[in-house]
Amino acid sequence: MSLRSPRFAALAISILLLLTLPAWVGNPYYINIASQILFWAVVALALNVLVGYAGLVSLGHAGLFGMAGYTAGLLLQAGHGHLVADIAAIVATLLTSAIFAILSLRSTGIGFLMITLALGQILWGIAYRWASLTNGDNGVNITTRPEFLGINLANASAFYYATLVVFGLAVISMAVFVRSPFGASVRGTRDQARRMNALGYNVWLIRFMAFLISGFWTGVAGLLFVYYNQFISPQVMALQTSAEVLLMVISGGTGTLLGPVVGAAIVVIMKNVVSAYIERWNLVLGVIFVAIISFMPEGLVPGTARLWRYGWHRLTSRKPSAGDKPGDRAQ
Amino acid sequence: MNLWLTLAVNSIALGGLLFLLSAGFSLIFGLMRIPNLMHGSFFMLGAYFGVTFLDRGMNFWLAAIASGFAMALIGAMVERFFLKRLSGQELPQVLLTLGFSFIIADLCLLIWTGDPWQPTTPAHLRGAVQAAGMFFPIYRLVIVGVAVVIAIALWLMVDWTRLGAMIRAGVDDAPIARMVGIKVSQLFTLIFALGAALAAFGGVMGAPYLSVYPGLDAEMLPLALIVVILGGTGSLLGALVGSFLIGFLYNFGQALFPDLAYVILFLPMVLVLVLRPQGLFGKVVP
Amino acid sequence: MTALHVNALCKSFGGLRVTANVNLAVEPGERRLIIGPNGAGKTTLFNLITGEITPDSGSINLFGQDITHAPSRHRPHLGMARTYQIITLFGRDTILRNVSLALLGLSPLRWNPFINIDRRPELVDQAREALAHVGLEAIAERPLSQTSYGERRRVEIAMALAQKPKILLLDEPYAGLSIDERRDVQQLLRKIPRDVSIVMIEHNMDVALDFAEKISVLHFGEVIVEGTRAEVVNDPRTKEVYLGH
Repeated sequence: MSLRSPRFAALAISILLLLTLPAWVGNPYYINIASQILFWAVVALALNVLVGYAGLVSLGHAGLFGMAGYTAGLLLQAGHGHLVADIAAIVATLLTSAIFAILSLRSTGIGFLMITLALGQILWGIAYRWASLTNGDNGVNITTRPEFLGINLANASAFYYATLVVFGLAVISMAVFVRSPFGASVRGTRDQARRMNALGYNVWLIRFMAFLISGFWTGVAGLLFVYYNQFISPQVMALQTSAEVLLMVISGGTGTLLGPVVGAAIVVIMKNVVSAYIERWNLVLGVIFVAIISFMPEGLVPGTARLWRYGWHRLTSRKPSAGDKPGDRAQ
Repeated sequence: MNLWLTLAVNSIALGGLLFLLSAGFSLIFGLMRIPNLMHGSFFMLGAYFGVTFLDRGMNFWLAAIASGFAMALIGAMVERFFLKRLSGQELPQVLLTLGFSFIIADLCLLIWTGDPWQPTTPAHLRGAVQAAGMFFPIYRLVIVGVAVVIAIALWLMVDWTRLGAMIRAGVDDAPIARMVGIKVSQLFTLIFALGAALAAFGGVMGAPYLSVYPGLDAEMLPLALIVVILGGTGSLLGALVGSFLIGFLYNFGQALFPDLAYVILFLPMVLVLVLRPQGLFGKVVP
Repeated sequence: MTALHVNALCKSFGGLRVTANVNLAVEPGERRLIIGPNGAGKTTLFNLITGEITPDSGSINLFGQDITHAPSRHRPHLGMARTYQIITLFGRDTILRNVSLALLGLSPLRWNPFINIDRRPELVDQAREALAHVGLEAIAERPLSQTSYGERRRVEIAMALAQKPKILLLDEPYAGLSIDERRDVQQLLRKIPRDVSIVMIEHNMDVALDFAEKISVLHFGEVIVEGTRAEVVNDPRTKEVYLGH
């Protein structure tokens, strides 16, 4: 990417805006919404590893997300320190992801979707019904947020910056992953699984590893979620959460780096706006789902990107635009 | 009546309801190759229709049948106007049914509020019969009876009628069925409507027993899902056996291990996935 | 040592015998043609050899090593590469990336999630080299979706050759090609060095005859004739299979 390209400029401006956001937003309510967008974007990026790059649509990620939140919440409640709780949460989420993957990778396509849905429901059922462990519908409260590099995360801006750091790491790791040989292998199993096998790849193991990567970042985001709310209840593990994250991924455009981030912003903002005026978020969620799938299957980001490239090309018709080369598109 | 017998009767009754729910789910899955994620919504919306009809003083059976017809119409419209446009694209179709499930859930909350509705058991179905020195609640037996009658009717339809032959051909091999001139598209609409009607009918049957409340859809959908994973997609026998198996696991699990009932419910599904991914009665799809 | 030794291989699908007691011995560097009418079980035989389906009985040896039960994904690592009759390429990627994926399949780098795939000379340069062999170097960066059928067939071959196989299995490499394209592919195959054994499937006898040193005729899953080009062509059973059909 050249320093003069519009993409670089857009990236630089975005980073600058994100870094200074608490200063120009001011109101903690909006800073908190920004934090929400960022950690939901991490889940969406995580799910996109499976949906976009591996071609495996999971409807069980709310279970993994909640697994991290509950593990940390329950350990903190039992009096353990933040470090122990956080590490245990990530380990528990990775183990759960491994079990999810082993069972759901018996199948691909619709079968995979169905099994992840059922597995996600089991975790929801445990959180909801195993009241002696999880406190059931009343959920788990945690009293403190951890310190991060010696900074107390109690206030909105501090928490925002901690989330931004995690988000940044997630985006960078995804950007590296997409260009890496392993990323190419994952995409290969999406496009031609049989051929990949014949070329010497272990298709199952590639998908399994992709699931673990996805599970890892889902767990990290689950931790941010539980620290943000200082509370977790079975509600967050319901199918609806998995569907919302999936909506973030497909509305932004699957298999792109930016798509899930934009999708997360759209869904979180819409959810907050809709919920502020009417109680009909589920209705709106359903209508958007139906509308996007029926009328804009490619997602918002690829569609907008196409229009943008077209417009840019028009404006600078003498020099070829960098965004026009097909190979330049994030795949 | 002792506890075990009560549990057994409840299990069989729940099994009957689950069969009404999952028979259509299984046929739709077998034929259209998609799990219909709005099937729980059909069940719940049908039940709400039923309690509304009952509230207006309609006869119980009439209410159940009317609700079934209303849902058949809704199902047919969803299939014709939305799913058909995405013909052959399985994933978007599944996600579309998921979107509709949210819409229906929220509309139900808007119309019927968050409070549970539990119609009284119709007068002529109340009470219990005595047999071998024990009492059996009539209504539970009626549910089982209705489920068995519908199972037999479905079986006769699938095995002995021309429509059934087309369904079987479609389940076995959709492209070939299309080649021999079966109008697969009309068949899809019909089966989708039939599945919706059965689920709605089951919803009304279940209403006096389970009551109707927000979230009923999300509770029934996974049950239909595991019944079909257990029994094998497109297999009515599988749906029947799976339904009663889950009926028993649900009731006994809840009585014996209330904390882990939900996990116990899913264990056979996990076992089947590992040992026999096509389900107990499913055919291996090449 | 025999390059590929197929011994008494059998496979049935639901009572239908598609591979019936097939024996095949391909020597190192040999050019072997397997012909037979449609439905003779040629592709099934290939799928058995590459391990995509498991045989009911019999064994397969690759350079003396029993690979009958080795997973198919191991076989490229043992020096076996194949092309497909129905082209199964990566349609969203460039030609170059298709070939680098073939290279990557045999490289431990394929698990690396950190490095940039486009900056690995061992992948990119070798892929270009393989493309140069098949005359596609000039359009290496072109997305596969913008290539012709004949070019794709050559990409198939480039991918197989990039893996530097000891034995190459070609599944109807001439199918669907124009006369010119066919000539290109013929020349290309002729250039493949002699340390590679080649087994080719073809149902149209004429197009592949000049390539073959030894020919096996497959009919209803059985090898009914085997021998040199002249022997097979003059054998009455060959004529019967092709003319009496």
